[in-house]
Amino acid sequence: MPLEWILSKYNYWISAALMLIGFYTMISKKNFIKKIIGMNIFQTAIILFYISISDIENRAAPILVAGKSDYVNPLPHVLMLTAIVVGVSTTAVALSLIMKIYKEYGTIEEDKLLEVR
Amino acid sequence: MIRIFSIVSLILVGIVFIYVVDDMPDFGDPKNPTNNEIYERYVNKSFEETGAPNMVTAILASYRGYDTLGETTVIFTAGMAIILLFKRWKDE
Amino acid sequence: MSKKKIISNEQRESVIVRTISRIMIPFIQLFGLYVIIHGETSPGGGFQGGVIMGTSIILLAIVFDLEEAERRISRKSLTALMSFGLLIYSGIGVLDMLSGGKYLEYTKLPLPLPAHEISTLSMLGVEIGIGITVMAVIILLFFYMVGDQNAT
Repeated sequence: MPLEWILSKYNYWISAALMLIGFYTMISKKNFIKKIIGMNIFQTAIILFYISISDIENRAAPILVAGKSDYVNPLPHVLMLTAIVVGVSTTAVALSLIMKIYKEYGTIEEDKLLEVR
Repeated sequence: MIRIFSIVSLILVGIVFIYVVDDMPDFGDPKNPTNNEIYERYVNKSFEETGAPNMVTAILASYRGYDTLGETTVIFTAGMAIILLFKRWKDE
Repeated sequence: MSKKKIISNEQRESVIVRTISRIMIPFIQLFGLYVIIHGETSPGGGFQGGVIMGTSIILLAIVFDLEEAERRISRKSLTALMSFGLLIYSGIGVLDMLSGGKYLEYTKLPLPLPAHEISTLSMLGVEIGIGITVMAVIILLFFYMVGDQNAT
């Protein structure tokens, strides 16, 4: 396996690994809080992916400075700013729903909740 | 049971990811297909069109204002959902 | 409804933590304002500055207690602020429509300035609206979640 092939795309490998970790956590764990943690890891992987495709070698951050003319791509940064905020909102609503479930049923394990019903 | 199922699906998705990453451009490649004419327009024209040196803010608030309006509505809706879930109403 | 405090008077944070955070909270808020207002020229913007402003109140609620923080900024006013920020944003869009442009087309506002400066000013207003909304929602999240824990 050529080392060059791995090292030249290392950002994609890291975000793929994070995505798999989040995916596994979401489908295998029964605890709701752990599912939310998995969802957040998955989201972080997507954010890392988008930010890393915006990068161009030896170029500055997208803020105009005198004496520089080459900048990285600003569009993925904007899209991910949106994604981060939406992620915070979904996490907050999900956690508060989990708090309500715990208060009503006394558990947040998925299989026990299915029995209760 | 669910552990075996999730490990099998994890391996399948992982194989797909290896093929996908193989097709991606290198990290920091200037010929990356995301650097197309939209990127050129934002970098070259955004200061004279919006007057803001920070291109991210220029796109966020000016070019894609609808997007940010929707995003603010999402935060607002999350706040309303929290209030609806946790507020103690008088007749309870 | 008798509220039981999360942190009773004996278990309060130490004097050092209380004093340092009392000194630091105004500076955190000042930094949040800086990040919002300089969103056009430097890294920052409404979302980031709003979160910084929100964390200053959350720090107050953690170090002292929830009632202390709610005395400074009540839940009712936070709900009003949350709606007010969104109103600023969409109101700027409606103003653009009234002065003859499309929705959120900033350059049509009738101000005696060159077009790109009108655009910068409108962007500043939009950022302030976003900042107010984000700050109010972040504080409300903390207040309602922790207050719910408190009451049971």
